[in-house]
Amino acid sequence: MGKMTKRRLGNSVISAFLLIGVIFVPIGLASLSASKEIVELVDRYDTSCVSVADKVGFIQNSKTDKTCTRTLTVPRHMKSPIHIYYQIGDFYQNHRRYVKSRSDKQLRYKEAAHLTKDCEPEGNTADGAPIVPCGLIAWSLFNDTYTVSVNKKAVEVNKKDIAWQSDKNNKFGSNVYPSNFQKGNLIGGAKLNESIPLSEQEDLIVWMRTAALPTFRKLYGRIETDIMENDQLTVVIQNNYNTYSFGGSKALVLSTTSWIGGKNNFIGIAYLTIGGLCIFLAVVFIVLYMIKPRYVMFPRV
Amino acid sequence: MGRGGGRRRDRLRWSKLYTFSCFRPHGADDGAGPSATGLGGPGFTRVVHCNNPALHRRKPLKYMLNHISTTKYNIITFFPKAIFEQFRRVANLYFLLTAILSLTPVCPFSAVSMIAPLAFVVGLSMIKEGIEDWRRFIQDMKVNNRKVGVHRGDGEFVYRHWEDLCVGDVVKVEKDQFFPADLLLLSSSYEDGICYVETMNLDGETNLKVKRSLEVTLALEDDESFKDFRGVIRCEDPNPSLYTFVGNFEYERQMYSIDPFQILLRDSKLRNTAFIYGVVIFTGHDSKVMQNSTESPSKRSRIEKKMDLIIYILFTVLVLISLISSIGFAVRIKLDLPHWWYLQPQSSNKLDDPSRPALSGIFHLITALILYGYLIPISLYVSIELVKVLQAHFINQDIHMFDEETGNTAQARTSNLNEELGQVHTILSDKTGTLTCNQMDFLKCSVAGVSYGVGSSEVEIAAAKQMASGADDHDIPYKMILALCHTAIPEINEETGAITYEAESPDEGAFLVAAREFGFEFFKRTQSSVFVREKHTSSKGVTEREFKILNLLEFNSKRKRMTVILKDEDDQILLFCKGADSIIFDRLAKNGRVYEPDTNRHLNEYGEAGLRTLALSYRVLEESEYASWNSEFLKAKTAIGPDRELQLERVSDMIERELILVGATAVEDKLQKGVPQCIDRLAQAGLKIWVLTGDKMETAINIGYACSLLRQGMKQICLSIPTGDQVAQDARKAAKESLMLQIANGSQMVKLEKDPDAAFALIIDGKALAFVLEDDMKHMFLNLAIECASVICCRVSPKQKALVTRLVKEGIGQTTLAIGDGANDVGMIQEADIGVGISGVEGMQICYFFYKNIAFGLTIFYFEAFAGFSGQSVYDDWFMLLFNVVLTSLPVISLGVFEQDVSSEICLQFPALYQQGPKNLFFDWYRILGWMGNGLYSSLIIFFLNICIFYDQAIRAGGQTADMAAVGTTMFTCIIWAVNMQIALTMSHFTWIQHVFVWGSIATWYLFILAYGMTLKSRDNYKILLEVLGPAPLYWAATLLVTAACNIPYLIHISYQRSCNPLDHHVIQEIKYLRKDVEDQTMWKRERSKARQKTKIGFTARVDAKIKQIRGKLQKKGPALTIHTVS
Repeated sequence: MGKMTKRRLGNSVISAFLLIGVIFVPIGLASLSASKEIVELVDRYDTSCVSVADKVGFIQNSKTDKTCTRTLTVPRHMKSPIHIYYQIGDFYQNHRRYVKSRSDKQLRYKEAAHLTKDCEPEGNTADGAPIVPCGLIAWSLFNDTYTVSVNKKAVEVNKKDIAWQSDKNNKFGSNVYPSNFQKGNLIGGAKLNESIPLSEQEDLIVWMRTAALPTFRKLYGRIETDIMENDQLTVVIQNNYNTYSFGGSKALVLSTTSWIGGKNNFIGIAYLTIGGLCIFLAVVFIVLYMIKPRYVMFPRV
Repeated sequence: MGRGGGRRRDRLRWSKLYTFSCFRPHGADDGAGPSATGLGGPGFTRVVHCNNPALHRRKPLKYMLNHISTTKYNIITFFPKAIFEQFRRVANLYFLLTAILSLTPVCPFSAVSMIAPLAFVVGLSMIKEGIEDWRRFIQDMKVNNRKVGVHRGDGEFVYRHWEDLCVGDVVKVEKDQFFPADLLLLSSSYEDGICYVETMNLDGETNLKVKRSLEVTLALEDDESFKDFRGVIRCEDPNPSLYTFVGNFEYERQMYSIDPFQILLRDSKLRNTAFIYGVVIFTGHDSKVMQNSTESPSKRSRIEKKMDLIIYILFTVLVLISLISSIGFAVRIKLDLPHWWYLQPQSSNKLDDPSRPALSGIFHLITALILYGYLIPISLYVSIELVKVLQAHFINQDIHMFDEETGNTAQARTSNLNEELGQVHTILSDKTGTLTCNQMDFLKCSVAGVSYGVGSSEVEIAAAKQMASGADDHDIPYKMILALCHTAIPEINEETGAITYEAESPDEGAFLVAAREFGFEFFKRTQSSVFVREKHTSSKGVTEREFKILNLLEFNSKRKRMTVILKDEDDQILLFCKGADSIIFDRLAKNGRVYEPDTNRHLNEYGEAGLRTLALSYRVLEESEYASWNSEFLKAKTAIGPDRELQLERVSDMIERELILVGATAVEDKLQKGVPQCIDRLAQAGLKIWVLTGDKMETAINIGYACSLLRQGMKQICLSIPTGDQVAQDARKAAKESLMLQIANGSQMVKLEKDPDAAFALIIDGKALAFVLEDDMKHMFLNLAIECASVICCRVSPKQKALVTRLVKEGIGQTTLAIGDGANDVGMIQEADIGVGISGVEGMQICYFFYKNIAFGLTIFYFEAFAGFSGQSVYDDWFMLLFNVVLTSLPVISLGVFEQDVSSEICLQFPALYQQGPKNLFFDWYRILGWMGNGLYSSLIIFFLNICIFYDQAIRAGGQTADMAAVGTTMFTCIIWAVNMQIALTMSHFTWIQHVFVWGSIATWYLFILAYGMTLKSRDNYKILLEVLGPAPLYWAATLLVTAACNIPYLIHISYQRSCNPLDHHVIQEIKYLRKDVEDQTMWKRERSKARQKTKIGFTARVDAKIKQIRGKLQKKGPALTIHTVS
């Protein structure tokens, strides 16, 4: 091959890795620390709230008293607003049959009440009158309710503005009122107050935003006062919603938020991992070039 | 003979002069009845009623009109046929099926999102097809609308379009016109019914061929005489054999047999003859040349074939994951659905009926097949096609391929195969017009042992003039031979008085021009005499001299010499003979060998310089000697029977003896500009070059020398059939056996060769090729040919060109490139794989398509696992629609069109870089699998990182959680970023266009989601960017994280490869980037020399061989020299 020429290359590669590392590590640290600040209380109540063996029978019986009281201790100071979520597990809101079963037109326009084609089997009542809001999503609306008190003192749960503004303004009509809803033989979930237009039924609007995964949280309301460390939190739950049939779970979540949203260590760790990997690679390539300088040669092809 | 008493006087009767080629069978053919030739039997059923075309307009003799069409479609068939063509592609068929199914509830998407991309893709392809076919149509129209004189009746000829010609029509074709169909020659402007034909378009031969009519039809000499002309031709059915014809002609109750000498083929040209009359035998697609045209194939490149294979693999993956999905679905339906009260399982239809899970599973299988269809890149074909069209456009626009002489740029006729240009392994080239300009220059001469001429041709002539001025005795015969020993006809331009020569072969023309410069101007030929103007340099006067032609023994490839016997004004009988040196040297008289050593040396020099050489000689004959020979000659000439030719040869041989050598000529068959350099570079790039030419073997070999495909010291293996060309069965067998033996010997020779620098050349002629191309021998032949550095096939018919091309293509399994200029090359070109390449990125392109579609398609699958395998897509229909068509295809198109790894100048300096293409470095399985793996990795990263980030937590400070639309949109954003970053990383050559496309695609996505978010149709994506995701830092953080994570493996790969295992073009890029080529000249040169492929042909190889030879000599001398110095 004759004489070989010494040559150091790959500066651009090393600097690319270094650059990624330098950017990613701080982002990782920042999000991790933001996540650490967040206080989150999760209380799964579906099993403990039903003491009888036949849980499905219990939940399906409209006569039984489904009140259930849970007491929680706040580990750290929770700054307002404190978001209250209900979390359901193993509930396939993303099932195609479920996702399709709605009528956007009907939700928005009063005169489109009859457009229930996509809503089957929850489109019309037995005598043919259209159900508003139609479809399985609305029909299976979550209907547990929470009453919160801190240190035995009732706290107001603000249920306003839990839905996206655009949904309220543009997707749910302010002149569309529920009708024929939950009037059939099968009662799914919550009933709706027929005197309130859909655009103000925020629980429904939140529910209609189908979740991507079978375990999901949805915003229930907010507490707009701080809760101190070691405060006793009492939540009286009306445990109405049937997750027992399909072996799902229900949990109550109280959480503060920061700029990254809720408690989310994953993204910080991911950033740190990738940033660290890139710095490591940069070092590896630097070492590689130091100990084994590149010889330019023309390999015979 | 002698029937045409009243003909014009200047008409020549060549048949009287010519000895060999114009022999005419006398009288009616008594032996060859229909039974003997098989006429009327199968394959020989054609009946043509001359001058009675009306008979051929109806059955049973209705033959096709002369209309030709080479288009693939017509207005009616375009839609069905073009659509059919489109859906022959498996992928398109699949997408068609999905589009149809999208109208049923099985489909997980809206119908429009399935149909729109398909319509777009297929529509675009069809438009392209349509335009290309339209061009062909225009071309056909031009041909069909050419005009020719046709006998209308009562001896009146009118001009009609070619397409309106009918079998049986009598046509009159004028000088320099093409024959409109295959004709039987009836008579010509020459008294004896001969005519000259140029068959360039048929076989590439440039010398004129003589055709002659049957004697009986000579009387049909003017328009009037066709009034009552009637005759019947019975002949073979249409077939592609250009050189055979079987038939007979019934005229005035006599039968005459027709042979190929009377047949004028479509697409050949009438030359040197004012006009001819002929009867149309084969029209349109029946004509031999059209029969020769191989069906214009839909060329599919090798990459495209591999692409299909990958698509099949993807289909397999598709079916596999669909099966997993549907089994999962069926299981969940059976076990879980009854418990999912919120789906009201009791009112299920058959698509998800828990009581019939198998049926639902089957329905779901269809759904899944559609859902995961994004694994198959729908826009792949159309993008590749678009890239090719654009490449073709750039090729057409390329200023480097602009021909200043004609003002033409390169024309890429079909855009299908551009990428193959980068992968050529073997080049098959025509000679005339491709390697050479078909223009002969008289370059050097050796007169009386002195060589004249050094530089270019003009200088030559000036030198020759000088020489002529110092004329001595030896020169006179030399000049006379040049001026007299030929078969050319002078043409006097009436206005200027300048004389041009119509010669059978271009070198004769060159001789005549040279002779004129020497002071011997040939200006007139009559039936029996040749007239020459002699300029006297001393007295400045001009004398006209007349030489009577006594005999003319013309050139043919067997004799390799030409002789004229003349009587000058002093009644001296002279014999002039020119021919191949070996032939002439054998025939020299003892006293004629004075200049032999010198001339021989010159001839070798000329030959080495790639010039066509001829030796010139003469002889003075005694009257008596001539008379006795002539009587014998006449006897032979009038002899009838098979041994006539043999006799003639023997007699000719008797007189062509005792010659006196006067010198030699060297004519340059002028190579096209740059051909030697080009061949040199191609050789260095490791390409093999085969020359396929219609020319005779000697010419071909000469050209081989001229363009350095052959050189002295190369071992030539010539394959040819020993004489005896009857078509009899045993002769065939004998020929085959002998060829077998020759091939075996050749292979043996190659095998036994020890010298690694030895090079072999294979030369084969058309007749041998006919045998060799048969199935049982072709592989032997090919194996031998592969071993040889250069391969030259001579006397090849168009069909054979195509066959050779196919043999090479299929035998070697490599890409072939065919180059040619004439219509005779069309078959070969169609058969070959190609057309010109930009760089080897097409493989890359396709890999990228698979990468991006796998990365995207699999995320849909993963999501299914989280959605109960229900067939729900996490992405909006519109995202999916745009993914392939808009958001990711433009950058890859720009990659295909604009990517260059190194600039074109550097490519020329490093020919070996080309080897990356044929070795398929950019599209091998490792690479494909690597990219597929990358796609798999990206899909996992994109899906699971996003799922982990958006699992259940609030995504914003406001506490809102992500719904399906938010997750889907974020994931889609990540995909758009990841795949576009990926392509940005693979590009090494960024122009503003690439920037616009790559960053534009990403920007388009954001613009789209903004605009789409404004419409209520977008359901949960309403205002998603403005209201939901835009203000969420998590969304942007996720995008950055996922994009980086997806591309890090590729970054590691390229940095590892560049630092530890660089490819050639990387090194060059770096050197260029660091400007080392300027700073470190020696290194640059060294790299360049290393970048050459070791080669056995081309100019460089010749130089190397010469150096070796000189070194060898020096070594031999070496010891002697040392001894000398010591002592």
